[in-house]
Amino acid sequence: MSHHHHEPESVLSLRVRALESLLVEKKLVASEAVDRIVSAYEEDIGPHNGAKVVARAWVDPAYKQRLLADGTEAIEELGFGGVDLRVVENTPGVHNLVVCTLCSCYPHALIGLPPTWYKSFEYRSRAVREPRVVLREFGVELPESTEIRIWDSSAELRYLVLPERPAGTENLREAELAELVTRDAMIGVAVVQPPTPAAR
Amino acid sequence: MDAVPSREIADMPGQAALPRKNGELVFDEAWQGRTFGMTVAMSHDASFKWSEFQARLIDEIARAERAGESSSYYERWLRAFERLLADKGLLDAAALAARTKDFATGRRDDVF
Repeated sequence: MSHHHHEPESVLSLRVRALESLLVEKKLVASEAVDRIVSAYEEDIGPHNGAKVVARAWVDPAYKQRLLADGTEAIEELGFGGVDLRVVENTPGVHNLVVCTLCSCYPHALIGLPPTWYKSFEYRSRAVREPRVVLREFGVELPESTEIRIWDSSAELRYLVLPERPAGTENLREAELAELVTRDAMIGVAVVQPPTPAAR
Repeated sequence: MDAVPSREIADMPGQAALPRKNGELVFDEAWQGRTFGMTVAMSHDASFKWSEFQARLIDEIARAERAGESSSYYERWLRAFERLLADKGLLDAAALAARTKDFATGRRDDVF
């Protein structure tokens, strides 16, 4: 708790209970909906931490080097942690794909909760057996010459894909770049799209 | 679905950004979560647009900073929420004061 002087907690707590009771009475909110929303947001982190890491690596070659050498330490520089991480880089000749064949190990601290398909038996088995087909189903068409590397996440070590920076983004600032980076791109089932002309 | 987090809300930029610890939302007290949840729920039910709330939150944060208040993020949020509800004619300040007193004196104990 804050050591600053402010209204005692109990006053605010009473006020919010009164507010909720009035809004429920007027049928403007349902308490169950509030419960659901709070727990959904408490569990959600979203991909923005991971996106920040990727964008930093794109604009700062020295950071990228550190990130690829030791992901765990490099994300701590940006204030993220709690996970042993290895970052794998997509290049024109190599595409990386992350899976957890055993369960659903996933770098939560960076990209939030795993999507349902990531936990499915189908993805867990097919990503290893026929990655090219799986990627095509996600809309990623790779040249035959591109090597696909599969990384099997575990409780001890999580993987994050460093996607390729899209062409035409030379003038974007780091924060703008981060907005382009999606969760799927950091799992490896998507590539980062350049910004649409209208959004620039 | 009201339980799918909206990026517009979860990723508000600048001073309005939700307090987080290692990526996760932080509610220091239960009332903070209730306040957050009620605001989000009402924006889903089209009582107001999220941008309308966000604008008032930004105003309230700026006002509190100018005044040198040490109020917490969610105290400011609550004030912005109450102001929005009043602006929309959805909340009567006197009724809220009376109801708060009911809870304080134990005349009421449940929100229903």
